[in-house]
Amino acid sequence: MTVDEGRDVASTTGPAAAVSDKDPADVHISIRGLTKQFDVRGSTVTALDSLDLDIPRGQFLVIVGPSGCGKTTLLRMLAALESPTSGAVEVRHGGEGRPGNSMVFQGDSIFPWMSVWDNAAFGLTMRGVPRAEIRESVGHYLEKTGLSAFADAYPHQLSGGMRQRVSIARAFANDPDVLLMDEPFSALDEQNKTLLQAELLRIWDETRKTVVFITHSVDEAVTLADRIMVMSAQPGQAKAFVDVPFERPRDVLELRHLEEYGDIVYDIWQHLRDEVSRSQRQAAAAPATGRRRRR
Amino acid sequence: MTQVARKPAAPGAEPVATRPVRRLLPSRRLERTLAVLTPVGLLLIWELAARAGAIDTRFFPAPSSIFHQMGVLAQSGELWTNTWASLRRLFIGFWVGLVPGLALGIAMGLYRPVRAALQPLVSGTYPIPKSALLPLILLIFGLDEPSKIVMVAIGVFYPVALNTAAGVANVSPIYYDVASNFGASRWNVFRKVAIPGAMPSILTGIELGVGLGLILIAIAEMVGAQSGLGYMIWNAWQVYSVETMYVGLLVIAVIGYLLALLLGAIGARLTPWRNGK
Repeated sequence: MTVDEGRDVASTTGPAAAVSDKDPADVHISIRGLTKQFDVRGSTVTALDSLDLDIPRGQFLVIVGPSGCGKTTLLRMLAALESPTSGAVEVRHGGEGRPGNSMVFQGDSIFPWMSVWDNAAFGLTMRGVPRAEIRESVGHYLEKTGLSAFADAYPHQLSGGMRQRVSIARAFANDPDVLLMDEPFSALDEQNKTLLQAELLRIWDETRKTVVFITHSVDEAVTLADRIMVMSAQPGQAKAFVDVPFERPRDVLELRHLEEYGDIVYDIWQHLRDEVSRSQRQAAAAPATGRRRRR
Repeated sequence: MTQVARKPAAPGAEPVATRPVRRLLPSRRLERTLAVLTPVGLLLIWELAARAGAIDTRFFPAPSSIFHQMGVLAQSGELWTNTWASLRRLFIGFWVGLVPGLALGIAMGLYRPVRAALQPLVSGTYPIPKSALLPLILLIFGLDEPSKIVMVAIGVFYPVALNTAAGVANVSPIYYDVASNFGASRWNVFRKVAIPGAMPSILTGIELGVGLGLILIAIAEMVGAQSGLGYMIWNAWQVYSVETMYVGLLVIAVIGYLLALLLGAIGARLTPWRNGK
């Protein structure tokens, strides 16, 4: 596998380069030259600029970056909800009859007209999985997310944190090859966020699926990730990769006590600082070319 | 449930003993009693005023005489024939308007080209008073049943089409993303996302449509019909039977009220997620 040259992908910690030179069989998602451009009022905005990235199977990759750096665009292309302007995403499908990916969306994405149970069962129902299997899988993940007692409730009867738990249960119950998470906890308060991070890690530890998780919270990134990709402001590029060496299973609270935790957080902030101020200058200079509105 | 209020205590002050606060809102039962009491009270005043000669009974016959007339009409069968004729037209016209209204509304909501092609036409003809179409409808469909049914259908069609289109188009795009990400087929996107997402709006359209249909059937029956509540009211005016006129109005009011109750119940069944919201 050839490593591209000439671009400043700063590899801060040795082995964590954009493109791994490990056994290619281990690579789950391979991204090459991925570019996405939008037309915003006649001018072309490059949201993502020729990104190269290999994600090994079973890795929990967290992407952090300033707002408008194309993180969500990248995730939507991985989910095939958007098509790239150029470049390619290759996913080595590992499952037999398993769906390629399931996404936990930012904000409220569970259907208000379905009960908690029907929401969590959505992916399986759409795929025509046998009823008994659905019952088992949905029952399992509703229990894991503490929602068993609310199976018949409708979303409007739940708190924001519980609604996001349903979204997580829906994605896990679908048993996808890859989990995509787009700032799933960004709308939650600090306590709920910490609680859900711990729950997510506990559930993830059962299966160790490949995860691509987007956040703007550095703490969240360090808490969850095996590897962190720091993105530059528009156009979005990989600015740095940081390995997070903490053992699993992790204790979300104890983790923050570790000296190394602070070091990694500091390290990421160093990378982010310039980008955040750059993205702010961009936003101030051209407010119209900010985030693209869909539809 | 009893509510307990605490007086705001000054800093460092002793906590004040709690006491139940007098309810500011009347209880449910009181509200219901009031709802019945008001019309009954009005009828009573009306009755007394009519008997005392305080109002002109040529225009405002005493409620007792109206109810008496109602009994007469019920016994002769005239009341049932006319009520049934109106209900039948309303029922058939409802479906004749609902089905194309729903179909067009869904197509307009889902497909932008359809919306672009039809929205100006539908929105542009919507403000025409439907009653003004009656002569044209009579010309085209004749004096028999079809013209009445078409009038109701027109009344149902517009609100249903416009509200359905708006409802389907306004389903948040994130739900379509979810459906797509979780592998929903086109049919399932339609069935599980577009329709339930638009259902509250569709139900509003149907409620408006039925209301409009009721207005239009009364008007349509006043011209050239030989049966129906509208005919009964118009005929009463011609033969100067004011009591019969009031009976007709009363029956139409009751029908409208019962239909609203029925639609409310159907709506609650169709959108269980909104109950208790």
